Formats: sequence, structure tokens, C-alpha cells
Amino acid sequence: MSSEHKEIDEVTGTDTTGHDWDGIKELNNPLPRWWLYTLYMCIVWAIAYTVAYPAWPMISGATKGVLGYSTRGEVAADIARFEEANAEISAQLAAADLTTLSENEELMRYATSAGAAVFRTNCSTCHGSGAAGAKGYPNLLDDDWLWGGDFENIAYTVRHGIRNEEDWDARYSEMTAYDEILSDEEINAVVQHVRAISNQEHDSALAEAGATVFYDNCAACHADEGTGSRDLGAPNLTDAIWLYGGDVDTLEETVRYARFGVMPNWGTRLTEAEIQAVTAYVHQLGGGE
Amino acid sequence: MLCPVLGAANEGDSRMGNYVKLVVLGIITLFAAIAANWGRDIAYVVHAVIIMLVAGYLFLRTLRQTDEPIKPVATDGYMDDVVRAGVIATTFWGVVGFLVGVVIAFQLAFPALNFEFLQPFGNFGRLRPLHTSAVIFAFGGNALIMSSFYIVQRTCGARLWGGNLSWFVFWGYNLFIVLAATGYLLGATQSKEYAEPEWYVDIWLTIVWVAFLAVYLGTIFKRKEKHIYVANWFLLSFIITVAMLHIVNNLSVPVSIWGSKSVQLFAGVQDAMTQWWYGHNAVGFFLTAGFLGMMYYFVPKQAGRPVYSYKLSIIHFWALIFLYIWAGPHHLHYTALPDWASTLGMVFSIILWMPSWGGMINGLMTLQGAWDKLRTDPIIRMMVISLAFYGMSTFEGPMMSIRAVNSLSHYTDWTIGHVHSGALGWNGMITFSALYFLAPRLWGKEGMYSMSAISWHFWLATIGIILYAASMWVTGIMEGLMWREVDANGFLVNSFADTVSAKFPMLVVRGLGGVLYLAGALIMAWNIFMTIKGGARQKALVGVPTA
Repeated sequence: MSSEHKEIDEVTGTDTTGHDWDGIKELNNPLPRWWLYTLYMCIVWAIAYTVAYPAWPMISGATKGVLGYSTRGEVAADIARFEEANAEISAQLAAADLTTLSENEELMRYATSAGAAVFRTNCSTCHGSGAAGAKGYPNLLDDDWLWGGDFENIAYTVRHGIRNEEDWDARYSEMTAYDEILSDEEINAVVQHVRAISNQEHDSALAEAGATVFYDNCAACHADEGTGSRDLGAPNLTDAIWLYGGDVDTLEETVRYARFGVMPNWGTRLTEAEIQAVTAYVHQLGGGE
Repeated sequence: MLCPVLGAANEGDSRMGNYVKLVVLGIITLFAAIAANWGRDIAYVVHAVIIMLVAGYLFLRTLRQTDEPIKPVATDGYMDDVVRAGVIATTFWGVVGFLVGVVIAFQLAFPALNFEFLQPFGNFGRLRPLHTSAVIFAFGGNALIMSSFYIVQRTCGARLWGGNLSWFVFWGYNLFIVLAATGYLLGATQSKEYAEPEWYVDIWLTIVWVAFLAVYLGTIFKRKEKHIYVANWFLLSFIITVAMLHIVNNLSVPVSIWGSKSVQLFAGVQDAMTQWWYGHNAVGFFLTAGFLGMMYYFVPKQAGRPVYSYKLSIIHFWALIFLYIWAGPHHLHYTALPDWASTLGMVFSIILWMPSWGGMINGLMTLQGAWDKLRTDPIIRMMVISLAFYGMSTFEGPMMSIRAVNSLSHYTDWTIGHVHSGALGWNGMITFSALYFLAPRLWGKEGMYSMSAISWHFWLATIGIILYAASMWVTGIMEGLMWREVDANGFLVNSFADTVSAKFPMLVVRGLGGVLYLAGALIMAWNIFMTIKGGARQKALVGVPTA
């Protein structure tokens, strides 16, 4: 079907290449000039760019580029710039007494914005970006503290963490799993007792029986009244705040299998100023003591 | 005469060929049965059972045909049965792929849609590769195989080479898709984006792909036209390069012959670089070069106009295939990849801008003298939108490869928007128009069953793409800006979760865009079905290759 004689396309007046495939022909148009020159410009720009920036691989290593640029260098310079700018106030914060921090308005502002950044980067994964916590991860906005909510205690928790294996000074306590220690009736009873002391709907007969179970098994840590103990990180069971849940099923699960919430020790990962900052930040969220 | 084993020439050959086939199929069936028994993981066992059933069925079918009189098959016309099957498969996988896409889009907006009872199979993490593979490889791949079989026959004036080998390509490729898809759902993945299938599925695809290359090259070799048409250059470069990419990126050592898990040959940043060399060129040669091949045939045919510039097609073809292969490192800016590699990936991407646009210019300018058809022909309209999105994405791509732009766009939904403006706009629309071109011709009908349904499809798809791309641009740039936002002291202002919640409305809009696009595809499926089924045959089936 190929007819090699050229013909003129009637619509455009351009000649064709003479090829014909299944009725498809080709016009003999030149390359659009703007297209060609843009391509050339891109090539020239590309060559210039590879001279300026690290680009061509050689036998050992690659050309470094006349601008001396590197992506790592760029980030390092960025970080160094801020660190230099913050050096003075950061040192001030690292040495500051947090209890009197609010008297120094500038330092307080610096501490909370730095602390918020530390919190968003490191803590929000578990405690939520608004610090309201989640099941098993304490809400940091309220005034209910497991291990204490003053500056010293918050800083200690941040630095050493809870029940982790990396830091010997981590806060540590362990609830007993009562699944094989108590009978099913006793577990039901003590659950009803906890429901009773937290002012929830409960079976009062069972709850009364559960009181004895509670005194014998739970009171050592959670106190006779169930108000908990900060020395042991044992939650207060009489308020309406629950770490895992106050419904019957969750309480039963907690009694049977216990809980073992872990928090990392941030002392090895954060600087002194960052620990101070995040402590100040968490303290001012609402529940600080 | 064609291929002694597959396209029997005489009775003796046929019996011999059948014996060989019986032995091979018998061994595969037996081995698959043993593998199903010894399999170490669920994906492997299910795959062994699938292979056992397929090979066993083919064994019995061959057995029944052995020593039966051979039914004469007309081999003088074009081989279009396999193209017809391809049209149906393309339509089917398109709908499946878009549907899964809509599901995962809403899973991102409403995580509760990762229903507990569907775990782990219906988890976003498993459905996402199902979506990408279904649209790229199942929908796109079937479209490419089907249209390349159609195009190469027409533009070479020759019947497909290799007898039934093209059927092997079609069914073999679709078996690959089934193995890949079930593998994802059952948790078999080598965790390489767009190259997730495990080792034995990769080996199978390699065999199928080599057969594809053989059919294609064989047909070109016996062509009756002196010159090779530009569509065939693109399609051939697509087939060859994909073979190379697939083999190199999937070099791995199976942990056991009885299990799906394998260990990659490359490690660390070398593995990442190989993966994105593959990933980028899957875009370059599968979704760009291959679909440009489709474009170069269907646009001039539908418009009834000559291709705008032969010179441009030569220059942009060679420039495109030379440059694309170097641009992969731009996927790894600001990673462990050395800066020099990242720079080279970036500058090659910039030079690639014009060669990519060459295809758009040639496509759009081919409509010179046929622009009035935009008003009357919704298929031409689809082609124009397709080329417009092609131009837009191939400008956006080089722009996003610039390091400074990438530092904002990388890891954000901007990338997702970019990919979908290319995939939904360019690949989707050019495929739809090819299907609308082919369906009536292949089934000998006057035209599509409903032209107004094509218009509906056009508008639903176009609005869907706009909703999708616009929402992803907005949310991607917002996300990038939120991630990098620092206060005067250099402290981060937003947490990651803040950006996730800020994205919510845009994620919903994206999902709605997907719903519109899916609705358009469903209308198309109905329209194609009615075209095939409805009405008397108006025209003779396209017949004899002309010399």
C-alpha cells in the first residue's frame, strides 16, 4: 500500500511523506521551532546545573559542583542557624528553675513553643497531638496524674519513662494478673465493687462481697478507698477517669490479665533544654501542679 | 507454517505437538499439586491450586483433541479474536480497578471502612497494591496488549505471527494478574511498589512477556509495508524495555521453593535505586511510550487526518526513550541516595519535558482540519482531553523532579494527584477512546450502541478527574506546607496528625471524583456490552490483510 510518491494534503497544503499505513499518512512538517529551542535551552540549563551541583560520577566519588552544595549540608546549615540563634535562650532554659519559669515571659514563651514541637514530634504518637491521650495512654490535659504532675515528677517521667527496660531508673510497678488467683465469683464481685466506688451502676450485693476481695488484694496499691497511689503509679479508681475503661468488660479484663503500660525513656534522646521545654509544655496544658 | 508446536501445520506435527503439550501440562499439574501440599504459606498454596486447576484443565482439553480431526482455521485474515477478548478484559479490569480505587479512597477518608471482619484481606495496605496493579497492569496492560495486536496487524498488513501464541500471551497475562491480585490479598508481596508479585509470579510474567515480544516482532518481520509505522516504534520500545526493567528489578532468591517469600538481590540504597529505576520507567515505557503507540494509531484514524509531523515523531521518539531511562533517581531526592545521582535524575527529567510534549503536539496538531469534530464526536473529545492531561502531567513531572519543588511535594498527596492526572486523564481517556473505536469495528457494527452514553462517560470522567486532581493538589501542597512550617525559633508548628485531620474534606472530594470516574466506566461497560450484543451485524468483519 505504500506509495512513495508524495502528495499534498488538501486541508493544510503541506506535503506528506508518501507513507501510508492502514490509511494513516504523515505530513512533512518541520519540528516546531519553539519546541526545538525549548529543548536546547533545557539541555544548556542541565549542563550548567551539573557544573554547579554535584553530578558526574568519576572513578572515586563524583564531581562536587562549583557551588559546594549538598543536601545534607543544606539541612545541617538550617539546623545550625536555628541552634545558633537559640543558643543563649536554650542554655538559659536548660538551667532554669521551672517553678519560677512563668515569671520570665520571654523564656516561658520559648519553652512552651519548643516543648510543643518536642511533644508533636515525639509524644503525640501515643498521647495524641492535642495531648488528650487514648485508651492506655493517659490524658495529659486533666489533673489526674498517675505518677505526679508537678514539674519535678513530669520531668522525671519524661527522662526515665515508665516500665521500660532501657533505663534502670524508669518508674516501675506491676499489677498482678488475678485470672488464676481469684475465682470467677471473686472477680465479678471486685469488678462490681470498683463500679460502686466509682459511682457507676452496680449490683450492690456483689459489690459488698467485692469489698473484702478488694481489701485483701487491691488495697495495697490502690488504697483502701481505691484512691490509688502515686508512689506506685496505681490509678485512682474512684474518679470518672479511666485509662483503659470503666465498663464491666474492660474492668474484668484489667483484673484478670492486668495492665502494663510502657513509656520510653526520653533522657537519652532529648537534650536537657528539650526535656525542660516539654515538661513546661505539659505542665501548662491544664493539669500541672 | 507458523509455529510448529502451537499452530499445527499438518496432522503429524499436530499429534507430535499435542504429545509435547500433554507432557508439559502433566508435569506442571503434578508439580503444582505437590506444591499445594508442601506450600508454606497461604498465598503459595492458593496459587499452586490455581495453577494446578488451569494446567489440569488444559491437559484434559488437549487430551480430548488428540487424534481428533483438525478443524480448519482460517489464517488468511487478521487475527482479531484475541483482540476482541482483550477489549472485554480491558473493560472488565478497568471497572474492577476503579472500584477498588474508590474503596481505598474512602478508607483513607473514613478509616472505619477497614472493617474488622475483613481483616486482614480488606485492609488498606493490601487493597492499595490491588488497586494500582489492577489499573496499571490489568486495565492498562490488557489495553496495551489488545491494541498493540490490533495496531501491528493493520499497520504491517500482516496477520499476527505465531498462530495461537497470541492467545497464550492473552491468557498467560491474565493468569499473571489473577496470581498477583490474589497474592496481595493473601499477603504475598516483595514490598516493591508496582513490582509486588513474588518470584514465581515474576518468572511466569517473564515467560509471557517474551512470548508477547515474539508475536510482536514476528509480525513486524513479516510485514507487507516497507516502513515501520511510528506507533510500532513506541509499542516495541515498551515491550523490550518493560522486559528489561521487570527482570532486573525482580532479581531475588526464593527462601524456599515451597513458599512465596524471596530475598532481594540488591540491598539498601542500591535496591531503592533499582526499584525507582524500574518504577519510573514503568511510568515511562508502560504508561507513556506504550500509550503513545496507541495514540499514534487511534487519533489519526478517528480524526481521519494525517499525523502532523513525521520529523517530530522521529526526534521525540528517540529523545524520549533515551532520556526516560535516566530520570528514576528523582524519586529518591533527599534520601540516602548520593546527591550526584539525584542531580542527574533531576536534569534528565527536565530535558525530558520537550520530548514528552512532542507526543502531545503531534497528537493535537493531527486534529488540524478536524477541530470541528470536537463538537460532534465525543470520542475525539476524549482524545483531546487525554492529550491535554498528558501534556499537563509531563510538564508537572519534570517540575516536581526539581529538588526544591520536590522538598515540598514529596510524600504528600500532590504526588498522588500528579499520578492520577496522568493515569485517569491520559491513560484512562486514551484507552476509553480506543475501546470506543474498536468495539464496533471488531464486532462488525455500524457504531457504538449509544453516542449519548459516550458523552455522559466523557463528562463524568472529566469532572471526576478534575475533582480528583484539584483536591489532591490542594491537599498535597497544604500538607507539604504544614509539615515544613516552623515558628520564629525553628520549632515545628504542626504534628503529623494535624495534617491528617486537615486533609479530611479533600480526601472526601477525591473519593467523590473517583465515584464519578467509576460511574463513567460502568456506563462504558454497558455501552460496549450493548454494542456487542445488540443489533444486526452491519458490516463484514474486518478481513484480509491488504498487500
